[in-house]
Amino acid sequence: MDTPATYLSWNFILISVPNLLMIAGMIVVFVAALLAPFPSHGEAAEPEDGNDA
Amino acid sequence: MREASPKPQAEHSSWTLSIRRLLARNLPLSNLLPDRQPVYVGSWVYIFGVLAIAGLIWIIGSGVLLAFFGPQWWHESNIGRFVNSLHLWSVQVFFVFMVLHLWGQYFMAGWRDGRAPTWMIGVVIFAFSIAAAFTGFVSQQNFAGEWIAVNAKDATNSFGIGSLFNVLNFGQMYGIHVVLLPLLLATLLGIHLVLVRMRGVVRPIGLKRAAPPSDEERPS
Amino acid sequence: MNAADRQAKYYAGIKMIHFDLVKEMVLALFVVSLVVVGLAGVLSSPDDPAVTLQTWATKDPVDFVTTATSELAGTSGTAGYGPPYNNTADVAQAIGPISPQSLAGVRIPIDPAQDFVLKPLGFAAVGNPTISTALQTYAAASSDQQQTWLTSYTDALGNATVANDEVSVASGDYGPVPDLMTGLLGLARTGALDGLLLSNGNLFQTDFTKPLLFLGDGNYLPNLAAAQHLTGDQWGMMNETGMYPGQTWLWAFSFWYQFPPFNGPADILGQQIDWSANTDLIVIILMIVLTTLLALVPFIPILRDIPRWVPIHRLIWRKYYRNS
Repeated sequence: MDTPATYLSWNFILISVPNLLMIAGMIVVFVAALLAPFPSHGEAAEPEDGNDA
Repeated sequence: MREASPKPQAEHSSWTLSIRRLLARNLPLSNLLPDRQPVYVGSWVYIFGVLAIAGLIWIIGSGVLLAFFGPQWWHESNIGRFVNSLHLWSVQVFFVFMVLHLWGQYFMAGWRDGRAPTWMIGVVIFAFSIAAAFTGFVSQQNFAGEWIAVNAKDATNSFGIGSLFNVLNFGQMYGIHVVLLPLLLATLLGIHLVLVRMRGVVRPIGLKRAAPPSDEERPS
Repeated sequence: MNAADRQAKYYAGIKMIHFDLVKEMVLALFVVSLVVVGLAGVLSSPDDPAVTLQTWATKDPVDFVTTATSELAGTSGTAGYGPPYNNTADVAQAIGPISPQSLAGVRIPIDPAQDFVLKPLGFAAVGNPTISTALQTYAAASSDQQQTWLTSYTDALGNATVANDEVSVASGDYGPVPDLMTGLLGLARTGALDGLLLSNGNLFQTDFTKPLLFLGDGNYLPNLAAAQHLTGDQWGMMNETGMYPGQTWLWAFSFWYQFPPFNGPADILGQQIDWSANTDLIVIILMIVLTTLLALVPFIPILRDIPRWVPIHRLIWRKYYRNS
C-alpha cells in the first residue's frame, strides 16, 4: 500500500485511483439507498402524546 | 412524569422551574426518544446520519487511545499503528456518510418547516470537521503531515491568521485537534440532534398541510 | 403549545409506525465497526517518515547548501515571505487594497540568515577554528562584499559536485562562504541542526516553525512531494502518500488551484489576468463565501428550489406518494 498510487488525468482534473474509487463508491451507495426497498415495519402506531415518558 | 399544567403562581418565581418547564415543553422524553416515526421514514437515505455518528464514535474511541499513549506511539508500536489505522478509516467512514447525509437532506429539502437552524448547524459541523481533520493531519509528525503544514501555512498567512493559528506549531495543532475541536464538534452535534428530535422528521415535499400553521403552532 | 402536541399536529393525517431509534444506532455501530476494523486490519495506514534537515543534507547536499546560501543571501522563500515572518515590501497577498497578511504584521519574526545559518554555526564554532574564523571573516566584511561572495558561490553551485560527503565547486572568490556551508552541512548531517533550529532556550519543544520553513525553502522536500502528487497544482491537498484515499472532501478547495487565472495568466475578454501571486487569499475568501452560501441554502432562491425540481425526493418517498 506504500507504493505511490496510479493517477488518472483528464483536462485539468487529476485524481488518484483510490480517491476516484471513494467518490464513485459514494455515488453508488447513494443511488443504492435511493432505489433499494426499505423493509416495511407494518403495524401502525398512534402518534406520541407525551404521556408514557 | 408529565408536568401538570402550570397553575397561576404569580408570587413564586424560580429560574430553575422556568428552565424545567421550558425543557418539558420543548423537549419531553417522548420527543427525545420517540419509539415511532411517520411512515415516510422508510428509505435507506435516512440512515446516513446515524452511520456518520457511528463513524464519529470510532474516531473518538481510537483518538482517545492515541492521545493516551502519546503522539509518538503509533510510529513505534504495531498496536499503535493499528489504532492509527482505525482512526484513519473511521475518519473516512465519517466523512463519507456525513456527505451522503448532506446530499440526502439537500434533495429532501430538510430545512423546511422551521428546520433551517438544523441545516445551518449541520454545515457548521461539516466545516469544523474539516478543520478537525486538518489539525489531525498536520499532527502526524511524518512526511505527509510536514508537507501539508508547509503548504497550508501559505493559506493561513495570506488570510492574516498564520501566527494565531500556526500550522507549523505542532503543540498548538495537536492541542486544538485533541481537545478543542472534539469538544466543539460534540457540542454542535448535540445541538443538531436535539433540534432534529424537537421538530421531528420533515414532511415529504409537496404534501399539503391540513391547515396553515398558526403562530402558536410554529416551533419556538 | 408543547412540542409533543406540535408534533402530533405536524403529523396529523400521517400514518405513524413503530421505529426503534436505539436499535438503529446499535446496528449502525455494529456495521461501521466491521468496516473500520476490517479496513484497518487489511489496509493499515500510511506513515512515510518525516524528512529532516539530516536526511536532506545527506540525500541532496547540493540542494541543502544552495538553499542555505540563499538563506544567508536573503533570497530564499522565507527571507522574502513578508508577514508574519518579516517585513519584505510588496510581497504580501492582497486583493486590491485589502491585505490581511499585511494587517497581521510580523508576529513570528524570523531572520533566516541569523536563525538558520549564523546562530547554529556559532555553536559549531566552539572548538572548530575553521568555522570560527570563517564566521569572523564574514561578520567583518561589508554587506556588499558578503553579497558578492554569496552571488558568486550561488552561481558556482549550479555546477557543484559531491565527493566524500563534501560539496565542491569550481575555484573562485567566495570568501568564507564555502567554509560556512561545509560547517552547516556537517551540522545538518549529524542531526544537530534539527535540534538547534528547534531550540529556543527551553528543554521542551513543540514548535517546528524554523526547521519546517528551512526545509520548505529547498527543492528536496517539494520534489519528494511532487513524486507523490502532493503539490498544489496536482490537487495535492486531496491526496495521500501511497495507495491510500486522501481527503476527497477537499476537492472544492483544491479545485481552484488547477487552472488560470488562479495558477497563471489567463486571457479573459482580451485582458491578461493573473491571480497566481494572490491565489491563496482569493481561494480562502472564495471558500468562505461558498461555505456561507451552503449554510444559507434555505434562504437562497433557486438553490432552495432545486430539490423540488429534481425528482430524487420522488424516489425517496415513492411508497408514501403512492399510498397517499
